[in-house]
Amino acid sequence: MGWFEKGEKVRIPAAKELWAVCPKCKSHFEKTRWKKNGAICPKCNYHGRLAARERIAQIADEGSFNELFRCVSYSDHLEFRDATGSYVDKVEAAIAKTGETESIVMGTCEIDSHPVMLGVMDFAFMGGSLGTGTGERIVRACEQALAERRPLVLFSASGGARMHEGILSLMQMAKTSAAIGRLKEAGLPYISVLTDPTTGGVSASYAMLGDINISEPKALIGFAGRRVIENTIHQKLPDDFQSAEYLEKHGFVDRIVQRGELKKFISKMLNYWGF
Amino acid sequence: MAKKTAMDCVKLARDPKRPHIWDFIGNICSDFEELRGDRLVSDDRALIGGFATIGDEKVLVLGHHKGANVEENLAANFGMVNPDGYRKAMRLAKLAEKFGNPVVTFVDTPGAYPGDTAEARGQAEAIAKSLEVFALLRTPIVVVITGEGGSGGALAIAVGDRVLMMENAVYSVISPEGCAGILWRDGTKAPEAAEALKITAADLKRLNAVDVIVKEPKGGAQNDHRAACENVKKAVLAALKGLKKIDVDELVAKRYGKLRAMGDFS
Repeated sequence: MGWFEKGEKVRIPAAKELWAVCPKCKSHFEKTRWKKNGAICPKCNYHGRLAARERIAQIADEGSFNELFRCVSYSDHLEFRDATGSYVDKVEAAIAKTGETESIVMGTCEIDSHPVMLGVMDFAFMGGSLGTGTGERIVRACEQALAERRPLVLFSASGGARMHEGILSLMQMAKTSAAIGRLKEAGLPYISVLTDPTTGGVSASYAMLGDINISEPKALIGFAGRRVIENTIHQKLPDDFQSAEYLEKHGFVDRIVQRGELKKFISKMLNYWGF
Repeated sequence: MAKKTAMDCVKLARDPKRPHIWDFIGNICSDFEELRGDRLVSDDRALIGGFATIGDEKVLVLGHHKGANVEENLAANFGMVNPDGYRKAMRLAKLAEKFGNPVVTFVDTPGAYPGDTAEARGQAEAIAKSLEVFALLRTPIVVVITGEGGSGGALAIAVGDRVLMMENAVYSVISPEGCAGILWRDGTKAPEAAEALKITAADLKRLNAVDVIVKEPKGGAQNDHRAACENVKKAVLAALKGLKKIDVDELVAKRYGKLRAMGDFS
């Protein structure tokens, strides 16, 4: 075949299929290398986002996770619709994309043989937003943990309350905080793990209420958004503002723990407390 | 006259001439002694607290303070509370619990203060802790949404046994402007967002987020503070009367049940 004849066209993959870009230090890595490193930046140690199931696989003892409340899902109380369509269409798309039916996956499991109630939020499900289904799962988990005397471990990853569910999403902040409060009053431990990102109504409710609050390197944690704050105070904020390191320095997280050490750290704490 | 839209309510709720916390205190309470400070950092002027007498009831009053003029606005940070304010509210609520005083809160804030110092002192933790403290507090709590119920900054002092809401007040997970900016990508679509979010007293009553709507004088509370406050006083006293009969264990259990029912799962 002459060079001028048309052969089979070699497809050049788009850059984003090949490269992972660290959102913190902007370094580029081959996707396979990023994945192999457990979504942790090889250069700056930023701990990237994980799907709920990936996290569960890392934290729960193998084969011990028993999922609960999967039938508790979203509710369109407001028949909400914005410029780009209905809430129902958006949340159904999130369900199809993630395979989850809410922004938190809940279940019982063992962590180094300690029985616990484990909840893991999935940021890929509508930004990990706190909806009525999310709140209901957390409250049911607290009640079951209380009945079975299980410690509660929650991994948060969320942009905040789900505005498509209006006031009832706001009320989930109070509802979950009430249930967590009862659990703690009953002498049961609650370990909150704030992962990237934990902001808005989730940081301002159950995520900050841990008997201990722990986090991963460089996770974004805060109440208000950076841009909102910059517009309010008319100043540029430092790069480390609202990072896990900033929170640790100001006394709002007990420890920043490397992803690979999390499981050991949690089981050690449960061990200290006799659970 | 055309039907009042959600955005009309937003405008009324934000009207600077609307009765503010000191108007309510002056018109509703026969006496009031302010108590200041969080014992940690400062005294937040955006959240006022103190003991008071309403009718025959000795209560703790807590309320957002926006200020009625520019000078007051600045001193009160436009009603945007810092963590210090919420920690003061919790401290006083614990005092009320200790001495058996019911708590009456007046809610009127655009939202918790979004500032760097607020973040450094733990705005998220302060709000979270407030929710926990008020949910478990062993004394009756009556909440009155009087103007703007701005998201978490409002909710931090709005967990209670009876939630009253003035007719033209609004209460929302996000401001209509904020929601329009995110979901419509156009801040001028706030009226559409306001409708969609269901933030008026009538909508919130239907959603069981509030228990009682308090009528306002013709045209709105800004036209007649005295009459507006009188209506609020009657509603607060009626709510307190009912709550005081309930044994405190049952009261706290019922409050949990009320929160538990937010979102429709049975």
